[in-house]
Amino acid sequence: MAENPSDNDYWSANLRIIKVCLVIWALVSFGFGILLRPLLSGIPVGGTDLGFWFAQQGSILVFLALIFFYAWKMNKLDAEHGVEEE
Amino acid sequence: MDQFTINLLFVGASFALYIGIAIWARAGSTSEFYAAGRGVHPVTNGMATAADWMSAASFISMAGLIAFTGYDNSSFLMGWTGGYVLLALLLAPYLRKFGKFTVSEFIGDRFYSPTARLVAVICLIVASVTYVIGQMTGVGVAFGRFLEVSNTTGLLIGAAVVFAYAVFGGMKGVTYTQVAQYVVLITAYTIPAIFISLQLTGNPIPALGLFGDHVASGEPLLAKLDQIVTELGFASYTEHHADTLNMVLFTLSLMIGTAGLPHVIMRFFTVPKVSDARWSAGWALVFIALLYLTAPAVGAMARLNISEMMWPNGTNAEAVSVEQIETDEKYAWMATWQKTGLLDWEDKNGDGKIQYYNDKSEALAEKAAANGWEGNELTKFNRDILVLANPEIANLPGWVIGLVAAGGLAAALSTAAGLLLAISSAVSHDLMKGQLTPNISEKGELLSARIAMAVAICVATYLGLNPPGFAAQTVALAFGLAAASIFPALMMGIFSQRVNNKGAVAGMLVGLTVTLIYIFLHKGWFFIPGTNSFTDADPLLFTIKSTSFGAIGAMLNFITAYVVSNATEETPQEIKDLVASVRIPRGAGVAQDH
Repeated sequence: MAENPSDNDYWSANLRIIKVCLVIWALVSFGFGILLRPLLSGIPVGGTDLGFWFAQQGSILVFLALIFFYAWKMNKLDAEHGVEEE
Repeated sequence: MDQFTINLLFVGASFALYIGIAIWARAGSTSEFYAAGRGVHPVTNGMATAADWMSAASFISMAGLIAFTGYDNSSFLMGWTGGYVLLALLLAPYLRKFGKFTVSEFIGDRFYSPTARLVAVICLIVASVTYVIGQMTGVGVAFGRFLEVSNTTGLLIGAAVVFAYAVFGGMKGVTYTQVAQYVVLITAYTIPAIFISLQLTGNPIPALGLFGDHVASGEPLLAKLDQIVTELGFASYTEHHADTLNMVLFTLSLMIGTAGLPHVIMRFFTVPKVSDARWSAGWALVFIALLYLTAPAVGAMARLNISEMMWPNGTNAEAVSVEQIETDEKYAWMATWQKTGLLDWEDKNGDGKIQYYNDKSEALAEKAAANGWEGNELTKFNRDILVLANPEIANLPGWVIGLVAAGGLAAALSTAAGLLLAISSAVSHDLMKGQLTPNISEKGELLSARIAMAVAICVATYLGLNPPGFAAQTVALAFGLAAASIFPALMMGIFSQRVNNKGAVAGMLVGLTVTLIYIFLHKGWFFIPGTNSFTDADPLLFTIKSTSFGAIGAMLNFITAYVVSNATEETPQEIKDLVASVRIPRGAGVAQDH
């Protein structure tokens, strides 16, 4: 099965999507929420700054968007490569 | 009707509902016992996963830990939700395609080795039992409060209820019961939060109220909170005080651990299709996010309410008097919680007032001396009581308090039941049937499952009497263990064809052992108090606390597996084919037993 070139295309496309999603995943949590918070300190949000908002609200909202995006994208990719479930 | 009767009514009615559903959907065969015949819709499955996932730690404990620490404990929020991204992208669809019942079956087959399966079972049991200890801590708090008995008595009664409840049915009973539990627990969590948000900010959505203006002062709520807590000598609420390295590792441990916990992963075996497994993770996070977006508001608002209650005329006027605490209706919750032994106060300087402040703050020492304060007089405020006490603190109607009691118990029970199921299936299905006694009858398998549950709950109750931390902290240790052992093995099993049996076994053993030893060095051997050589305040390695070490353990697991695999033989062709087939959704049939 692994020798089938279309399967390999499918798998590398999947890996590309995963990589992009995980970069965003890390950016909003470890990035905006923790390490890059000092850079966002100039943007006020309700008595504190944007970094605080990302740490306690924003990251969770982005996680949700990422999972639904991935599910939608992969179901499309499955069909394009003819590997969807019968 | 007094509050005790109202609580009893709410708790009783919710229990009758769960037990009714459990009987209605009772498991008949082993396959139903473990995986509900795979007939569960993604939304239903997501809701059940959310109930399974949101335990005493999320419901009872987390907001309290955030309330008393502020921004620094955001790790819990990001960690326990961010793990679902890893689960949805890296594990769920592939494990569903593989189509077996348990996590250790996948590891055993993929790494073509009974030893790998055995090691995985051990990792699962260690992580799950640690998790149950944390749950039992929460169960003790909830039962202690609602029956108005001591924490210890509450814990023992709670353990009996959890056991009776978990042996009732398997996954199928549990799935539909957990949907009901989700509804109870999310209602119980959000209703008081909405009331309190309206009181303090005028905004009915707590997540928005948190960043809104405090009605009484006209200032932003968080600015007001920062001002009050710093005036009392505590660290500011919104600023970053924690050690950054530890905070990053802690968040990462919780994320990886989420994706490595057997009772959560098992949920994705119960959806009909691979594409459903992807959606299921998203739906689970939707239902989880409803609580997690509310929790930081609950924490901040409760901290503000408590501080203002202890200083009713502002931090520069007189503190609340003992007389007022004992007679004023508004303070009745303090006497109720004092009975559980989790809240206490003492008029140290004998001035008839209870001064609540940080007596370790140097900045405040002068003021304290000038006013004749002799130390913080709110001597005990267990973090785990905050959420349950919250509606009483905010003076909400009796039915809200009853609802919260029912919700807290639902959270603790649903997770404890899910974990006991994971432990029992690991013992009976993987250990007994898979390794020790392959010819065991279906009846014998169910019996050994129930015996395993009983043993697990006894151990957890015993250790829960002297827990290694607050509920959410103990649970965080369990995540560290799952992160260091299970997640790397699963991920490498899917994303690498090169990692072989020897590599996986070595990786899991190194990850589990090193993490476990690090935890025991800081929390005591087998969590027995007093046997630790280090403390989390002054940890062995840099600033890495025992709760954060899971991320390091996971890295060691990956490195070991990679090095050992490359030094030993190639994986056989049939295993490469297996990995290739797991990677594409086509051909996912119903799962099979062996």
